Amino acid sequence: MSDRWSAGVIPYAEMGYWQPDYQPKDTDLLCAFRVTPQDGVPPEEAGAAVAGESSTATWTVVWTDRLTTYEHYQAKCYAVEPVPNVPGQWIAYIAYDLDLFEEGSIANLTSSIIGNVFGFKPLAALRLEDMRIPPHYVKTFPGPPHGIVTEREYLDKFGRPLLGATTKPKLGLSARNYGRVVYEALRGGLDFTKDDENINSQPFMRWRDRYLSCMEAVNRAQAETGEIKGHYLNVTAATMEDMYERAEFARELGSVIVMVDLTVGYTAIQSLSRWARRNGVILHLHRAGHGTYTRQKNHGVSFRVIAKWMRLAGVDHIHAGTVVGKLEGDPNSVAGFYDVLRKGRYRADPAKGLYFDQDWVSMPATMPVASGGIHAGQMHQLLHHLGEDTVLQFGGGTIGHPMGIAAGAEANRVAVEAMIKARNEGADYLTEGPEILRAAARRNRPLETALATWGDVTFDYASTDTPDVVATPTPA
Amino acid sequence: MRITQGTFSFLPDLTDDEITAQIGYALGHGWPCAVEFTDDPHPRNTYWEMWGMPMFDLADPAGVLAEVNACREAHPEHYVRVNAYDASLGRQTVALSFLVQRPTAEPGFRLDRAEGADRRIGYTVHSYATERPSGTRYPVPGGHQGNGRAAH
Repeated sequence: MSDRWSAGVIPYAEMGYWQPDYQPKDTDLLCAFRVTPQDGVPPEEAGAAVAGESSTATWTVVWTDRLTTYEHYQAKCYAVEPVPNVPGQWIAYIAYDLDLFEEGSIANLTSSIIGNVFGFKPLAALRLEDMRIPPHYVKTFPGPPHGIVTEREYLDKFGRPLLGATTKPKLGLSARNYGRVVYEALRGGLDFTKDDENINSQPFMRWRDRYLSCMEAVNRAQAETGEIKGHYLNVTAATMEDMYERAEFARELGSVIVMVDLTVGYTAIQSLSRWARRNGVILHLHRAGHGTYTRQKNHGVSFRVIAKWMRLAGVDHIHAGTVVGKLEGDPNSVAGFYDVLRKGRYRADPAKGLYFDQDWVSMPATMPVASGGIHAGQMHQLLHHLGEDTVLQFGGGTIGHPMGIAAGAEANRVAVEAMIKARNEGADYLTEGPEILRAAARRNRPLETALATWGDVTFDYASTDTPDVVATPTPA
Repeated sequence: MRITQGTFSFLPDLTDDEITAQIGYALGHGWPCAVEFTDDPHPRNTYWEMWGMPMFDLADPAGVLAEVNACREAHPEHYVRVNAYDASLGRQTVALSFLVQRPTAEPGFRLDRAEGADRRIGYTVHSYATERPSGTRYPVPGGHQGNGRAAH
């Protein structure tokens, strides 16, 4: 009998979970983990332990392995590389056979890959940096119910970022007052308004009252402008039954879109996605809570992985960072998130934190949403960093306008149209952005006032979540 | 009122030079242009009349502008838009769509409400212009032929 089957504890690396000669198959699911081993644990053993604990292994040898083709089911750590400039951390590359995963289930995928291993004692910290999802597995997911192309065709809006605003204050408005904010923002020029993540159904405003008021506002704004408008009605609730009830009511009232929070969980999101596809309603996802596990570089799950999972799970919108706003967002990392959500296929790009090539095999794209501390005066930077297929959400930057909410909305719309027009005319819009905005403001008082109010506001802090190959965090 | 469909409706109406620049941007990306017109600007009226075929093989912005002008002359009181189309894999949809003419007077829309049970309301946007038969929806003010382009 070989040592492999001796009773007791033997290193994971010696049980077949460390295979430096392994050539990943096209059908394998690949992961890049950032591993911080405890003192004295070699990186190869740490990588093998991650492979073992996220696939077939337990802490001791079990003879029942011999009843299976265990080599097939074992995950294989095939490379370990030191993280540049960070002593004590390594990137472990691990290959998983497709047979380990249930078709079309984010819950199963995540229970497998991140189920146990993040609390494993021999590791001081662990972070899932990226995941290559093979086309064979991608094709088991329906993906976004609509995607960017269908959404734009449905809304009849092309060639510019969409504009939105989150209703403020987040908490305390009655339904009637809340709808006033929605109406003013939409008639003023925004495409969307939005419930905040924590607006569900509280004593100051129950969901049904909010939906009725918001849909009155949406329809009035459509008649005022001749444009399609929408309000993301948040259906987040305690149970699926509650969420379906709210979503059904939104559909019956004619809402083009509903939203849900990431806090409801992956399975609930997949169920709502199925509902949204069946009912022709766009599905917006707020990534509430993600910062608890995405922000720190040494432990957790990178948002680029969450973004991949959510495109698979099937959401039409997801908040993905602003670069220039008030929330965490290194420009290179955010560019990587946007590639994950929007591109049909892309190559690995360490500068953007993308560890693997990814082919989405024609899965529709998810629209990234930029929300949090942005204003009209940053329009050139927003267009430069985020491009055209995005929703720019100006909450305070609309509702806080000194001339009123509609004026705030108009300022944002004039700013985005002026910037797109100048870009298309060949202007160096990033450099000339402030002048382009000032020129547009000379013909538009709301924009002039917006620039005077917020023109200099920036949130210039170093990011924590940055790609390792980029030497210095780069504030926008 | 002023309907705000299209990519540049919050800016002053585009001059011919500005229209040409946008067409140039589209053609530079390999997006052929098409001209469409309508007298029913309802936001759910997707299929405006096509002014001929999309100009797949026309690489000169001036040629597209000539078609824009021909359409505007034939329909001086209609909405006219230019669509640029991106046929690349993963897009295969409109890339840019902007108005190049609007009627002199835009009567706008009425919101009809059908009050239902339990406070539900069914909404319908009604275009005032479509109360008249097609072709007579935008009478020329003062009887002369105009196209509303010189409003600013």
